[in-house]
Amino acid sequence: MSADVLTQPHGAAAVARGRTRRAARRRTVVLVLLVLVLASFAVTLMVGRTFYSPGEVMRVVLGEQVPGATFTVGRLRLPRAVLAVVAGFAFGLAGVTFQTMLRNPLASPDVIGISSGASAAAALAITTFSLSEAQVSAVAIVAALAVAMLVYVLAFRDGVVGTRLILMGIGVAAMLDSVTAYALSRAAEWDLQEAMRWLTGSLNGTAWSQVVPTLVAVVVLAPALLWQSRNLSAMQLGDDTAAALCVRVERTRILVIVAAVGLIAFATAAAGPIAFVAFLSGPIAARIVGPGGSLLVPAGLVGALLVLVADFCGQYAFGTRFPVGVVTGVLGAPYLVYLIIRTHRAGSSL
Amino acid sequence: MTTTPSLAAEGLSLGYGDRTVVSDLDLAVPPGAITVIVGANACGKSTLLRAMSRLLSPRTGRVLLDGREVHRMPAKELARVLGLLPQSPIAPEGITVADLVGRGRHPHQGVFSRWNERDDAAVAQALEATQTTALADRPVDELSGGQRQRVWIAMSLAQQTEVLLLDEPTTFLDPSHQIEVLDLLTDLNQNRGTTIVMVLHDLNLAARYADRLIALADGRLHAAGEPSEVLTEENVRAVFGLDSRVITDPTSGRPLMLPIGRHRVFEPAGTGAAGGADTTG
Repeated sequence: MSADVLTQPHGAAAVARGRTRRAARRRTVVLVLLVLVLASFAVTLMVGRTFYSPGEVMRVVLGEQVPGATFTVGRLRLPRAVLAVVAGFAFGLAGVTFQTMLRNPLASPDVIGISSGASAAAALAITTFSLSEAQVSAVAIVAALAVAMLVYVLAFRDGVVGTRLILMGIGVAAMLDSVTAYALSRAAEWDLQEAMRWLTGSLNGTAWSQVVPTLVAVVVLAPALLWQSRNLSAMQLGDDTAAALCVRVERTRILVIVAAVGLIAFATAAAGPIAFVAFLSGPIAARIVGPGGSLLVPAGLVGALLVLVADFCGQYAFGTRFPVGVVTGVLGAPYLVYLIIRTHRAGSSL
Repeated sequence: MTTTPSLAAEGLSLGYGDRTVVSDLDLAVPPGAITVIVGANACGKSTLLRAMSRLLSPRTGRVLLDGREVHRMPAKELARVLGLLPQSPIAPEGITVADLVGRGRHPHQGVFSRWNERDDAAVAQALEATQTTALADRPVDELSGGQRQRVWIAMSLAQQTEVLLLDEPTTFLDPSHQIEVLDLLTDLNQNRGTTIVMVLHDLNLAARYADRLIALADGRLHAAGEPSEVLTEENVRAVFGLDSRVITDPTSGRPLMLPIGRHRVFEPAGTGAAGGADTTG
C-alpha cells in the first residue's frame, strides 16, 4: 500500500469497493452472454429439420465422417452458425463504437448509411459485375469508407454535430438503398435469396468462402478497437476534455472509424446489412452492463446472440422461412420509434 | 508533490482558419497562485487557455512549462502536470460520480496497466476535496448544477496535476454555487499549492479571488497584475467599453466594479469619474 492510501483509508476503500462491484457485474454479464452465445450456437447446429445429437455434431466438427450429419451440419449449419456469430459480433461492436464516439444511440452505422453503402456496392459487384468473394469484400469496404467520408463531409460545418450527421446519414442511406434495389432489378439472373440478402440481410446458403474474410476481419479489427476503448471512453467526455487527458482525439477518431467501418463492410459483404443489429446491440448491452464500463465486448456478444437467435427463429419459428434480417427488423423498428419519441420528449432535437 | 512548475507564453499568436484571435502575447503565470483571465466576449480568453493546454497549436510563439515547450512535450507527461477543465464537458448518460472522477486517471494508466490502489486513492482524495464523497454512487445526470461542477473539478483533481486550467467554471451557476466553486478552488490552491488559471466572466469575483488578474482586449494583453492595479475604471472602459465606478469592496478590500449604464444611475454616464462621452443617451 502506498502512502496515499494510508491517508485516505475509508474513501479509497469505498471507491475500490464500488469499482470492484461494477467490474464484477460487467464480468458476469460478459460470461453469461458468452455462455448464451455458445449454447445458441450448439442448438443451431443440433436442431433443424433433422435432429443430431451433441455427440454427432462434435464428431462432425472434429472432422469425422458421419452419414447425413457431415453434409447437413458440416456444410449447411456450421458455416451458417459461424457467420451468424462473426457477423453479429462485428455489427454489435461496430455499432456501439459509432454510438459511443458520436454520443448518440441513433448514430449507428446501419442508420447513417454505412451498411447501406457496403450493401449497395456488394449487390452491384455481384449482380452486375459478377466479382469474386474477395473482390466483393474489397468493393464493400471501399464503398463503406467512401460513404462514411461522404456523410462526414456533408455534415461538416465548423465541426460535426451529431444531429446533422445522423440526418445526412439517413438521407444517404435512402439513396443507397435505392441503388441496391436498382442493382437487383438489373441482375441477369434475378434470385430472390440474393435479393433478400442485400435488402435486409440473410444467412441463407452461407458457404465457408463467405465466412472466412469476415472472420479474419474480426480477428484483426476487433482487437484494434478494444485497444482504443480507453481513449474512446475519454472521448465521451467531449473532445477538449479527452485531449486534456492526453488522448490524441483526431488519431483515435480516424483509427476507430476505419476499424468499425471495416467490420461493417466485411460483415455486410458476407451476410448483407442484417437490419438493426448494429443499432440494437449497444443499447441492450448498456442496459444489462450498467453505466461506466466499456460496452465494446458486451455489445459484440449481444450482436452475435441476436443474429444467432433471430436466424434460428426465422428458420423454424414460423410457417415460412424468413431471412434473419426480417426478424431483427421486426425487433429494431419499434426501438427506433421509441428512441425518437423518448429523445423528442426529453426536449433535445433527435 | 515537487516544486510547482511555472507556466508562461512567449510571443504567442493563435487563430482558427483565417481568423487571428490572439496576437503576440507575452504572459507569465505565477506558480502556486490563482491567475484569473478576464476580457470581453470573443477576446481570445478560451483560445488562450486551449493553447496553454496544447489543445491548439500556436501560429507563432510558444507556451513554456518550466522552460519546456508544451507543444513538444509527450502528451502523457504534460497531462500529469497540467490539467484543463473545458467550458462544457459532457457527462455520458447514466455515468456515476465515482466513474466520472475515475476518468481523470487516464494519463496515469497505460493500455495494459490495470487500475490500482493509487488510482482509488486519487479518486477518493478528489471526492473528499470537493465534498462529493457522499455522491460517489449517484448518476451525474441527477445532480444539481453546483454539485455537477464540483464533480467535474473532482475529475480534474483525480488527474493530480500541479497546474489546473479552468474555462469559466462558474457559468450557469447561481451565486451561492459560484462562491462554493471559487472557495473550493482557493482551498486547493492554499492546501496543495496547485497553480490555478481560470477564465471568469464576473469581474468582481475575478478581482476577489485572483492573486493575479489578466485583462485581454482583442487578443492582446491589456493589463496584468494585482487586482487593484488591473480592475480600474480606465481599464474597464478600454477592455469592455463600459463606464463604471470602482470602489473598495467592504467585505474583502478588493476592488469592486459598479457598471454605469444609461438608466437607473444617479449621475448619467459622461460626468464625474466615468468620463466617456460617447455612450451618453
